Amino acid sequence: MNHGPLIFLGVFFALTLSWFGLVFEPQLQLGNAQPTTNLVNAAQLYPQMRPGQARQGLDVYRSLGCAACHSQQIGQTGRTYDVTLTDPGTNRAEVIAALLKVRPRATATEAEKLVAGPMPQAILKDVAHVAATNAMAKLEPTGAKAEVKIIPTGPDIARGWGKRRSVAEDFLFDQPVMLGSQRIGPDLADVGSRLPVANWHLLHLYNPQIVVSKSVMPPYRFLFEKRKIGREPSPDALKLAGNFATEPGCEIVPTDEARQLVAYLLSLRADTVIFETPMTVATANVSTNTPAATNAPAAQTTNSVVK
Amino acid sequence: MIATSSSAHTVSPEPGSGPVAPPADIDASCRVPVMVLLACAAVWLVVASVFGLIASLKFHAPNLLADCPWLTYGRVQPAQMNALIYGFAAQAALGIALWMIARLGRTLLVQPGYIVVGALLWNVGVKLGVFGILIGDTTGYEWLEMPGYASPILFAAYAIIGIPALLTFHHRREPMLYVSQWFLLAALFWFPWIYSTANLLLIFFPVRGVLQAVVDWWYVNNLSQIWLGFIGLAAIFYFLPKLTARPLYSNYLAILAFWALALSGGWGGIHSGAPVPAWMPSLSTVFTVLTAIPLIAITINLNRTFTGAMAKLKKSLPLKFVVFGAVAYLLAGALAIVSAFPQFSQITHFTLFTPARTQLFLYGFFATTMFGAIYHVVPLLIQNEWPSARLARAHFALATLGLVFYVGSLSVGGILQGLALNDPEVPFAGALNRALVCFRVGTLGDLLMAAGNVCLASNLGWLLVRCCRACCVPAIMAAVKPQMAEAAR
Repeated sequence: MNHGPLIFLGVFFALTLSWFGLVFEPQLQLGNAQPTTNLVNAAQLYPQMRPGQARQGLDVYRSLGCAACHSQQIGQTGRTYDVTLTDPGTNRAEVIAALLKVRPRATATEAEKLVAGPMPQAILKDVAHVAATNAMAKLEPTGAKAEVKIIPTGPDIARGWGKRRSVAEDFLFDQPVMLGSQRIGPDLADVGSRLPVANWHLLHLYNPQIVVSKSVMPPYRFLFEKRKIGREPSPDALKLAGNFATEPGCEIVPTDEARQLVAYLLSLRADTVIFETPMTVATANVSTNTPAATNAPAAQTTNSVVK
Repeated sequence: MIATSSSAHTVSPEPGSGPVAPPADIDASCRVPVMVLLACAAVWLVVASVFGLIASLKFHAPNLLADCPWLTYGRVQPAQMNALIYGFAAQAALGIALWMIARLGRTLLVQPGYIVVGALLWNVGVKLGVFGILIGDTTGYEWLEMPGYASPILFAAYAIIGIPALLTFHHRREPMLYVSQWFLLAALFWFPWIYSTANLLLIFFPVRGVLQAVVDWWYVNNLSQIWLGFIGLAAIFYFLPKLTARPLYSNYLAILAFWALALSGGWGGIHSGAPVPAWMPSLSTVFTVLTAIPLIAITINLNRTFTGAMAKLKKSLPLKFVVFGAVAYLLAGALAIVSAFPQFSQITHFTLFTPARTQLFLYGFFATTMFGAIYHVVPLLIQNEWPSARLARAHFALATLGLVFYVGSLSVGGILQGLALNDPEVPFAGALNRALVCFRVGTLGDLLMAAGNVCLASNLGWLLVRCCRACCVPAIMAAVKPQMAEAAR
């Protein structure tokens, strides 16, 4: 029995199959991906290229192997929907009748109170998509105005690590993409909007225990320069106090690498509403001083796909 | 070396014809190249253990070596993995594979001189790569961290080793192919394909966005499940029947496992919830679950082959290693299938459960199987017994105990950590602390495994020194004596 060529062909076939499936086909699907329309601010495309300093920071992040402990992917297990009445309109009686159908357990007086009260009023909370759509279908013919709010759910989002799941678009311009496979430290996909203060990050890098008392993250003192205070203290010097203060006459100044890394961390945001991740953003997201002020939405907006 | 290579040319190119080479001659033709590969592998194993211990200790004392950028956790940890995979695992795999190809083909190893050159070049590449990781030139892709100036060297070195391996296979005198040869042939082809694909698409002509992550997952899964998996299985299918002196229970079952694994094994590794189109994790899950078929076939086959050979287990140390490796393979495969389900990976992904699974596969299955092979093959190659049976026994005890400690504590810790991470009421620090308690037990495991690795390396070093002394000293004396006599005259 001489199966040499047969084995070779079979193996070739098997490998080609997995190569086509997981290398070639994804390339066909995503290889030419372009920035998509940002649904909140339709004039702006998403994602934007990271600004220069943040791009350099990506290299620092790669070089120090930060991804060994930090993931950059927020998981989402599902969505819930809130229905809010924004304007009862003029036909109160019908609105109340519709409300009673939407919320069978509510009494007539409760419904009256809802309609009479100051707008907006929450009608349904944490319901499934079907329930929200039904409610809208019943309320809208009455002339009342209501809104559906889409809320992504999941442990990561409940933890405050992000507002929605990470999607392929978020990483379009990164090289390398470091999704990470460990959460020895918290997820960083949305750290730029979660912790938007540069100084916090500098202190945290210099000695994590200054800002997180029980942190197991190693200090990155080699990203800082310790030097004698000259004629005037440097405006960039870290403000260290108590146990963490350096010896008198000296100051700790961040190096370029530390600044770049912080610029990168602040540019990590996954809060833009795009087609793939419908959600409703409640209020203006104020973080204008970050280097990568991405597409912060201005007002409550909902993705059109749900209705 | 040139003499042996020219003798290979006299071999008729038709497989299955010509006289069969006696085992002693085959071992002699393998002696230098295989020993170079195995000795270098043992050194890298110790290097990886040292890096691993440093990384592990950093969890206990984050301030440890914190002012040395070379040894920051994010560099030491990938340095350890790369030293283990490319330094130890790949070289041990190639060394044992070459010997098995020659022995199963009943033919002399072709071009041993080139293989030695390839092995040395491979070591240059790994050294450069690990150095690159430590100075911060890492590529940032898991298991492929070696910078772009090291990977072409590795590829070239692999070609220099792989081509003589294929030629040896081609020149085989034994017409019947044993299933180990199927596995070895597939593995030999698989590595250059996946390594070049991953390097080209990630480092030299990078693809965009998350595709990089997809290619990297594909590579990691193929490297571990197929390349290391196939060579490890080839060794198990070779050594288990050989050391128990029992025939393989079913050749057909083994071939079924081979094809099923070749078709389904290369698709895993993409976890549900990854920021990629949903069909990719789904496909990955389906194929990972399908690996249950080869896994069951292998379990039945090995179990039936081994039944009744319990008495042999006590006497033979290599057999102990191989059986331990086989059990670890089956366990790691079962855990991989369980972890493919989204419900389970939601809890265990991103936790210490993942490194526990990796360690169970890499060290528990692959390294342990290779240890068994090394303990069996090296005395044949060198024509000399191991200097210390006690060190070898200590190695087995330390390696298995360390692995059980490490994998046990990290999987429990990982599940606790995952349950806590999935409960938003538990603060992040609390979730990590639960895992860290277990992780500290894991460090003990690391320490034991490292000690075991030192046992192997020192035993091998001792053997080589003793051999060198036995063959080189008389030779030098013979060369020097006449001159001395002349000088005295």
